[in-house]
Amino acid sequence: MTLRVLAAMSGGVDSAVAAARAVEAGHDVTGVHLALSANPQSYRTGARGCCTVEDSRDARRAADVIGIPFYVWDMAEEFDRDVVQDFVAEYAAGRTPNPCLRCNEKIKFQAVLERALALGFDAVCTGHHVRLDNGRLRRSVDRAKDQSYVLAVLTREQIAHAMFPLGDCTKAEVRAEAARRGLAVADKPDSHDICFIADGDTSGFLGRRLGTAPGPIVDETGAVVGQHNGAHTFTVGQRRGLNLSGAPNRRYVLSIEPVSNTVTVGPREALAVDRIVGERPVWSGCEPPQEWTPFTVQLRAHGEVYPCRARQHEGRLEILLDEPATGVARGQAAVLYDGDVVMGSATIDATSRAQRTVASQNTQ
Amino acid sequence: MVYLDHAATTPVRPEVLADLTDGFGVLGNASSLHAAGRQARRVVEEARETVADALGCTPHEVVFTSGGTEADNLAVKGLYWARNAQDPARRRILVSAVEHHAVLDPARWMADHQGAVVEELPVDACGRLSPETLRAAIERDPADVALVSVMWANNEVGTVQPVAELAAVAAEYGIWFHTDAVQAVGAEEVDFAASGVSALSLTGHKLGGPVGVGALLLARGVDPVPMLHGGGQERDIRSGTLTTPLLRGFATAVRLAVAERAEHTAHVAALRDELVAAVRAAVPDVRVNGHPTERLAGIANLGFPGCEGDALLMLLDARGICCSAGSACTAGVAQASHVLLAMGADPDTAREALRFSLGRDSTADDVKALAEAIGPAVERAREARARRRS
Repeated sequence: MTLRVLAAMSGGVDSAVAAARAVEAGHDVTGVHLALSANPQSYRTGARGCCTVEDSRDARRAADVIGIPFYVWDMAEEFDRDVVQDFVAEYAAGRTPNPCLRCNEKIKFQAVLERALALGFDAVCTGHHVRLDNGRLRRSVDRAKDQSYVLAVLTREQIAHAMFPLGDCTKAEVRAEAARRGLAVADKPDSHDICFIADGDTSGFLGRRLGTAPGPIVDETGAVVGQHNGAHTFTVGQRRGLNLSGAPNRRYVLSIEPVSNTVTVGPREALAVDRIVGERPVWSGCEPPQEWTPFTVQLRAHGEVYPCRARQHEGRLEILLDEPATGVARGQAAVLYDGDVVMGSATIDATSRAQRTVASQNTQ
Repeated sequence: MVYLDHAATTPVRPEVLADLTDGFGVLGNASSLHAAGRQARRVVEEARETVADALGCTPHEVVFTSGGTEADNLAVKGLYWARNAQDPARRRILVSAVEHHAVLDPARWMADHQGAVVEELPVDACGRLSPETLRAAIERDPADVALVSVMWANNEVGTVQPVAELAAVAAEYGIWFHTDAVQAVGAEEVDFAASGVSALSLTGHKLGGPVGVGALLLARGVDPVPMLHGGGQERDIRSGTLTTPLLRGFATAVRLAVAERAEHTAHVAALRDELVAAVRAAVPDVRVNGHPTERLAGIANLGFPGCEGDALLMLLDARGICCSAGSACTAGVAQASHVLLAMGADPDTAREALRFSLGRDSTADDVKALAEAIGPAVERAREARARRRS
């Protein structure tokens, strides 16, 4: 069936090849580059990201070569509100957000998808490395490039209007195909950093937005062991940058308490958690399980997976890990899989150890 | 394809194409002293005479450029520098707020980098600058004005300025007056001498000539400081090898456009009226932006309440209809028109506008195609904006 497809084209190789494949599959494809900054230079100067004039031009050239119409859509207002400001607010609340996930949830598959549907399109196509399997998200065959984790937040309705043509091939194959198709972006480097942080200096970016706020670093007993310049510059599990002199053992950030502006540190063992509570659960792969049900769970982008049991209870996702995991940060997504198929996802809100409560559980 | 964007560029006329095809096969640099050079020089000077004859100036007053943008830059920067060098007190550049960016941006650049003071003079809701407004601006200190630049006719909404009256006001104070007549030549009666302006920009590709060639008409004694230095062509005002074949085609286009102006404007005005009526039949609340009478015959700038212009443009484009939603930034993001903002529109309203512009080969079928497509497109675009706001 020929669909009217809107291909989101970042200017990178993946979205270009995805658009080309959608055309080849017989769809009526229109390319759209999303302008995510009102002033394209303000987020990223001289570097490659998703917001530069150069990327817009690369996307346009790819659309020319593929032979599809191309437009630029101004999503700067939505991006600033739903991704950038949310990113800052989450850090301010002592959480560690994933802005790419948020962009998929709020921009690509909400603002853009809704506009596309209203304008008569049937689907939005992107270059994400993920497969669609009977309306479910399934990991890419290229496990290293798999992006199911940052898409697991999508609802069934959103997935029903999504098209991911790249899930069945590796990144190397995508590049080779781009070269074969004469797309100049075949060798363009991957983007890694957060696109709206120009120099990759997340802590500097947050510092400019949130200012500095000196506060104590304490150990598990509450004893002050150091000072910091703003709790928002830390992530649970972080070891570097604590500047704790005279510490007998390596210490890690265990929790961040924004109200009292306190960072709690401790030994690596203390990071281990086996109970996780997530909020705003989305179940795209199955009905919300009311009983404890076995899954595997991924707790951060490109992180490992852990066997677990999970259920939905009083509107929240509860997870019991079979074995403890470390470095589980509030604000990240907990994504449940059955094999390589996404079942559900939620935003991590609290973590704990069976016998011992980690402070972050109580930071509501 | 239904092409309703002739104000962006319009087809090269067959007569011009013949000139170009012939011309590019002929060897010769018009600055060379030998036979081939003399042959090229003859073509260039005939072109100059043709342009001068069509536009009411002397051949000596024609300086060829690469197009309208260069002519505007040369006028704004070059005339400012020349005037300011004569009298350093003259630092003010007065422009209308609805100028093309080829005037507005050089003026702002002069303010940012060259110590100029730019005043963007307000226009009324129809986009007209009144002579009284200009006079009041000059009167604030007549001795410090370096230059006035007001376009002959607006490229977005088609409003025609009272250029002769405005030029007369400037002349009273001995102030140079430049006008960007890129949209006016071939559409309005443009007589350089009669208009009283000091300098006038025009370009080839808006009137059936080739892209990449234009001219700045300069009254005697109005000599800008050059931007391009080199071989000393064009009275040392604009160096660069003369583009003989382009100039020949340009001259032919100017001659024909001016000669056929009356029938051309009657043709496009009739189509424009049909177009507006047809769109209004499909979209009763459509707004017509610009001046009701003092306007270019071939431009209809229409506001579609509740729509985003760029969404509408995309939907029409998908139906094979080409129109314009104003300018875009370097990344390609559609901007709210500074012209409509200057006319008092709020940013949301300004984004609702589309420009349809007609040309020599426009037909009633083009209008009919738009009439059929516009209703459903507006419906969809409204739905899209409503969802965005919800």
